[in-house]
Amino acid sequence: MTVEAERHHALLRTWSDAPGIWGFLTTVDHKRIAARYVLTAVALLAIAGLLAVDMRLQLSQPNMGRMGPQGFNEAFALHGSTMLFLVSVPVMEAMAMWLVPLMLGARTVAYPRLAAFSYWLYLGGVLMLWIAHALDVTPDLGWFEYPPLSGPAYAPGHRVDVWAQMITFSEVAALAASVNIVATILKMRPPGMTLAKMPLFIWAMLVASLMTIFALPSVMLVTSMLIADRLVSTHFFTPTGGGDTLLFQHLFWFFGHPEVYIIFVPALGFVSAITETFSRRTVFGYIPMVLSMLAIAVLAFGLWVHHMFAVGLPKMGNSFYTAASMAIALPAGMQIFCWIATIWSGRPMFRTPLLWVIGFIVTFVIGGLSGVMTASAPLDLQLTDTYFVVAHLHYVLIGGAMFPLFGAFCYWYPKATGRLMSERWGVVSFVLIIVGFNVGFFPMHLLGLEGMPRRIYTYPAETGWGPLNLVATIGTFISTAGGVVFVANAFLSLKRGKVAGDDPWGGSTLEWATQSPPCAHNFNEVPVVRSLAPLWDRDGRQAMIGLSATCREVLVTSAVNAEPQYRHKSPAPSIWPFLAAVATSILFVASIFTPWALVWGALPVALTLIVWFWPNRPRANATDQQVTRS
Amino acid sequence: MSEPVPYTIVGDVSDLPDCAMGPRNIVWWGNIGFMLIEGTAFLLAMAVYLYLQSESPSWPPAGDTPPDLAWSTMFTVGLFTSEALNLWVSRKAKAKDAAGVRRGTLLMALAGLMFLVVRGVELDHLNIRWDQDAYGSAVWMLMVLHTSHLTTELGESAVQSAWLHTHRIDPDQFSDVQDNCEYWTFVVLAWVPIYVLIYWVPRWT
Amino acid sequence: MNRAWGLAGCLALGGCSGANSVLAPAGYQAHALLDVLKLTVFVGAAMYVLVLAFLTLGIVRRRVQESGDLPVVEPADAGLHRGLIAWSVLILCGLSLLITASFVLDRHLAAAQPSETLEVRVTAQQWWWRFVYRDPATGRWVETANELHLPVGRTVRVTLGSNDVIHSFWVPSLAGKMDVIPGRVNVLDLTPRRLGWFRGQCAEFCGVQHAHMAFDVKVESEADFRAWLANQARPAVSPSGVDAARGMRIVSTQCAACHTVRGTAAAGRAGPDLTHLGARRRMAAGTLALNRGNIEGWILQPQSIKPGTLMPATSLDSRGAEAVARYLEALK
Ligand code: HEA
Ligand code: HEA
Ligand code: HEC
Ligand code: CUA
Ligand SMILES: [Cu+2]
Repeated sequence: MTVEAERHHALLRTWSDAPGIWGFLTTVDHKRIAARYVLTAVALLAIAGLLAVDMRLQLSQPNMGRMGPQGFNEAFALHGSTMLFLVSVPVMEAMAMWLVPLMLGARTVAYPRLAAFSYWLYLGGVLMLWIAHALDVTPDLGWFEYPPLSGPAYAPGHRVDVWAQMITFSEVAALAASVNIVATILKMRPPGMTLAKMPLFIWAMLVASLMTIFALPSVMLVTSMLIADRLVSTHFFTPTGGGDTLLFQHLFWFFGHPEVYIIFVPALGFVSAITETFSRRTVFGYIPMVLSMLAIAVLAFGLWVHHMFAVGLPKMGNSFYTAASMAIALPAGMQIFCWIATIWSGRPMFRTPLLWVIGFIVTFVIGGLSGVMTASAPLDLQLTDTYFVVAHLHYVLIGGAMFPLFGAFCYWYPKATGRLMSERWGVVSFVLIIVGFNVGFFPMHLLGLEGMPRRIYTYPAETGWGPLNLVATIGTFISTAGGVVFVANAFLSLKRGKVAGDDPWGGSTLEWATQSPPCAHNFNEVPVVRSLAPLWDRDGRQAMIGLSATCREVLVTSAVNAEPQYRHKSPAPSIWPFLAAVATSILFVASIFTPWALVWGALPVALTLIVWFWPNRPRANATDQQVTRS
Repeated sequence: MSEPVPYTIVGDVSDLPDCAMGPRNIVWWGNIGFMLIEGTAFLLAMAVYLYLQSESPSWPPAGDTPPDLAWSTMFTVGLFTSEALNLWVSRKAKAKDAAGVRRGTLLMALAGLMFLVVRGVELDHLNIRWDQDAYGSAVWMLMVLHTSHLTTELGESAVQSAWLHTHRIDPDQFSDVQDNCEYWTFVVLAWVPIYVLIYWVPRWT
Repeated sequence: MNRAWGLAGCLALGGCSGANSVLAPAGYQAHALLDVLKLTVFVGAAMYVLVLAFLTLGIVRRRVQESGDLPVVEPADAGLHRGLIAWSVLILCGLSLLITASFVLDRHLAAAQPSETLEVRVTAQQWWWRFVYRDPATGRWVETANELHLPVGRTVRVTLGSNDVIHSFWVPSLAGKMDVIPGRVNVLDLTPRRLGWFRGQCAEFCGVQHAHMAFDVKVESEADFRAWLANQARPAVSPSGVDAARGMRIVSTQCAACHTVRGTAAAGRAGPDLTHLGARRRMAAGTLALNRGNIEGWILQPQSIKPGTLMPATSLDSRGAEAVARYLEALK
């Protein structure tokens, strides 16, 4: 064996998990954890998507009797809550968790055990929601549940609590993941990758994670207040007790608006990465791109009121929020320009990932423009709470976030599995989904203008909404067929796909410099970066050596200039993140039923956390009590 | 599969230190991240208090009396005194003084215990229940938020102290002690606006 | 022009009544809103066409093969830079236009001054609408439900209140919507300009029967409106015939806890006022056409017609229900 191969094997031994179920439960490998995250989210996407198909059948004609009102209300509540809290946000974080270390040439994330904890806790939230559904304790008031309807007087039972606590689960997980990603990006960049040389994808993930840190506390606070109103009779939202129902809306949307950009900004990262690789040039306008993302992130915190234009707030204030909301069209429009300019001036290869980018542009801009329409405070009085908004939100969420995600899936699939997906079936699923999507959702704009409110389980024939609803349902079936082709393609290509090699697309960023699938430690040596597209440098690659092969060491660099600072000992696999997540889940679920759970439930949580963080060092003895001065 | 692309070696990191303190240490950033999260939650909870105040014709609402000052003032003074001790511990950690941090963390844990007792009495003198009206709910929310931070901080100091007394202290643990000290500073600072809101705002309006 | 738009909308729908459409406005506010909607669609469409054109050209453009197959890092793109600046300026212009239009629209909406003489209070309930008018002739309050009448050409300010959860009052053909929020009072100005029937519906999710919380709006001439209001102010007509008289007795005992029939013993407040039920077009908040069969069916099985409605099934047999239906139908 060569020295290099020997080192490779030593590193593998150091970084590999234990075999079998023990390894499965204790792993802190960011790739394994992230892959679980992605697969869980995709499975939920399918289930929540099928719920939507069920809704579409119910709405396909006037006075349909497929579902009763209760069934329908549960369907859209589960659909919306799952899609936003358990699919979109987690899947974006999971992509970051998988890709960020690879793109940084790092061995793992900053806090590997915290990553494992995030996943297990997220899974706890998923299980709680869907087990509750199996027990017929399904949330039935939508993805946002306004009091007093969700208060103790109008929503007895535990449906609302399940919804609120599911949010706590997924948001604690998301916050932990975001802190992890931010720290990884700031402190584990390879030498030479200053902030100004960071790939746009990394910028996107940094911005989205920072937004998460500032947005999510709001929803945790507001759902906790709701639970308190329900469980211990506080009066935050009861007008008779001096509370205010609008307080809920303010807090919810202070989170809710940034939330949609937390979903959207990572998608911008996917689009940039794909466009760059397939246009064979770096993305046009690096600085405008970065500034746009920052502008979107900052503005996002100042326009939550555009979800509340119809609640009767003063008109002057509303005008401010109109201007702030519309202002987002500038950075968004500049980004669209930059991507097209990249394709324009590059030599594009039209493989499926790039097709998804084109599908994204064509679709998302429609959604963005309908967003600008709803951003006009007076105009929104006609549009809010109708199918126009349903159309907007699907155009931006599916067109703006899911299409880039599908593109990203095709793009990084060979890196993750070592094989390529079939191009032919890729194109088939692309066409079916794009066509079906537009047939399915475009008519909803018109339905909204024709007066169809959202969240209705049926409608009378004389409204005239029948034909367009039928068209929408047909479109859904076309895109569902596309979804099935997509999933089948992904499954079959696992075994039958062409072997990909390390770098099938000729990518520009570091993840393409390692094996496909990447080995346990990602990289043998620490890559050194000199440009925005390190793999496209004409004068060869550079690396630094010196990280240990026999213990888990990672290189920590300075936050701005990425100068090497020290070798950090990364924690080994451990069962305690899993147990801590179990304990936390017990606490969360129990506190639906009694506030005392916060007290006795905290004990096992504290215990597991103590063992998790207990440093394994030699015990003190009489002599070194005095002499430890290293 | 494919041949690895050759690269030139341009440096060796093995002569870098294998630990660091303060912002150089990666763990420090996680600590800051969680402080940002909790700080945002504190700010929002205070915003809730002010919002409810702005919606109410009088504050506290007619019939409610503002909370008593005595115990809370004692608590506040104590908290600031403890911050001096806290800064001392942090300095000891920075100087990698094992005996100092052992003693310091123990004292901090004891102080935390005392604060919890005083806080308990303080809660008894709020003159309002959480289920009485929205004002009461807001007061209790702020108190519970802050008290939960006191409790976790107490737990952390106690566990840390126990560990430090029984183990050899490596630089990483000095760094942990520093992080814990910063966290305590955060808990102290967070109290200032909460104290003003809960105890003084109802007296001024 | 406006009509053309409404027409286009209707064509797209395969022929609609236009009774509940933003695209077929019948009031000052809805007109003003439609104008701005059109402007916004126009600006948006223009921008979209530009995006598509740029994209299409970018895709089909012939490439110059200068640098072989090697990808390029940070190529110089002076022309594109100028393009980006021009595009940003264009966006800023578009946005300024739209923001200004939005401001102006707000001013316009405030410009229609409500007349002081007509007061209408709307109370939204799970899942029906209580409408209370102040009769300008007598100064007395007149209550009705689920059917709003408005005089043409006058601006009416409706006051919106709720005692249970949040609802939203929306008549797309007349004006934008306004939420109805417990603990608050909102107002909305309506200036109908065209005679006819329009459909309104609750737009904020308010529980299990949110879908069936519609109401009818009749815009009529001033004279017709006065006549209607005067009639609504009168107590219920006395029953004619034995069946109807029996119906009245049942209503004033078994239904009186929830319903009011002015002039009888029934004075409940939990359900819609039935004093002039027979004069309405539809019942149960737009769920059923009003006729004797439907009244009868409703009384016997409200829960199967509108599952979850707060009106319980009564213990009447079908003969009793028929009597009640005869009586109620006659309450014109
Ligand atoms: C990925 C998610 C995502 C994204 C990116 C957006 C983007 C935008 N959204 Fe959207 N939005 C949602 C998800 C998203 N939204 C969801 C889920 C809801 C519903 C919540 C609920 O009630 O359930 C919602 C609801 C919603 C509302 C409330 C509607 C209502 O309830 O009445 C509003 C109102 O202002 C709004 C506005 C906008 C705006 C202005 C943008 C802008 O960011 C768009 C900017 C982009 C462009 C404008 C296109 C590109 C620009 C150009 C081509 C330049 C030229 C343009 C002009 C000159 C105009 N959105
Ligand atoms: C990312 C978010 C997301 C996505 C992807 C979707 C996808 C879809 N949505 Fe969703 N929707 C929301 C987010 C989303 N939605 C939100 C936030 C709301 C608001 C909820 C509220 O009001 O509270 C909403 C509301 C909503 C409504 C309005 C309900 C109402 O107001 O009454 C409707 C109605 O048509 C609808 C339809 C659809 C349809 C037909 C799809 C389709 O695109 C779905 C197509 C996908 C599939 C059918 C799955 C694909 C199948 C497979 C992958 C096969 C898998 C097989 C194997 C695993 C082997 N949605
Ligand atoms: C517990 C209260 C309650 C009782 C008792 C009750 N109702 Fe009702 N009723 C309601 C409510 C609430 C509604 C509104 C239902 C809706 O639209 O969802 C209603 C609606 C109606 C309507 C439709 C009114 C309209 O404006 O469209 C009729 C007719 C009616 N009730 C008749 C009766 C009769 C007849 C009886 C007795 C035999 C009766 N109700 C008993 C509560 C009650
Ligand atoms: Cu009332 Cu919806
Ligand atoms: Cu928004």
